[in-house]
Amino acid sequence: MNKSQLVEALAKAENLPLKKAEEVVNTVFGDMENSLVRGERVEIRGFGSFKVKHYDGYKGRNPKTGEVIDVAPKKLPFFKVGKELRERVDVY
Amino acid sequence: MALTKEKIIESIYHQVGLSKSQSRAVVESLFELIKNTLENGEDILISGFGKFVVKEKAARRGRNPQTTEDLQLRARRVVVFKTSGVLRDKINKGPTG
Repeated sequence: MNKSQLVEALAKAENLPLKKAEEVVNTVFGDMENSLVRGERVEIRGFGSFKVKHYDGYKGRNPKTGEVIDVAPKKLPFFKVGKELRERVDVY
Repeated sequence: MALTKEKIIESIYHQVGLSKSQSRAVVESLFELIKNTLENGEDILISGFGKFVVKEKAARRGRNPQTTEDLQLRARRVVVFKTSGVLRDKINKGPTG
């Protein structure tokens, strides 16, 4: 399901005009993005939490040419699945 | 301070112009839709943000690293998040970039 399908599903479920549903979805993900860009955590109970992890740089190698390259330090968001979602998805 | 559902509900109230109770209802509803979709084994793709992907993990032999006891880990279904390149770049540039 992509963002526009999610917008449609939300509009239908909550009886909202499409435009409003779109603003809601954009605001929710926009807020999360802004927090992560500032390096702050996101914590949605039952869904999951995000935090930004810092990865040190390292010397890597191009596996094709064997050439040694410097991999720069980087930051990546890490998503930890919440308990409720984890249990609902794990159908086994 | 961490972003919580309460803060998201506040910004829906201020930015989208729904009532407080409607703002709460739509935020709860949105997360429920996402959870329900993932529960049904379908991925969620948010362009510019990232994707939530449902992965099937096969059963495997594992080991308790503390007791070194061998154990069988059952097959599982899990959610993983893959960050979009757009968001990754923004995070690495920081708030001023």
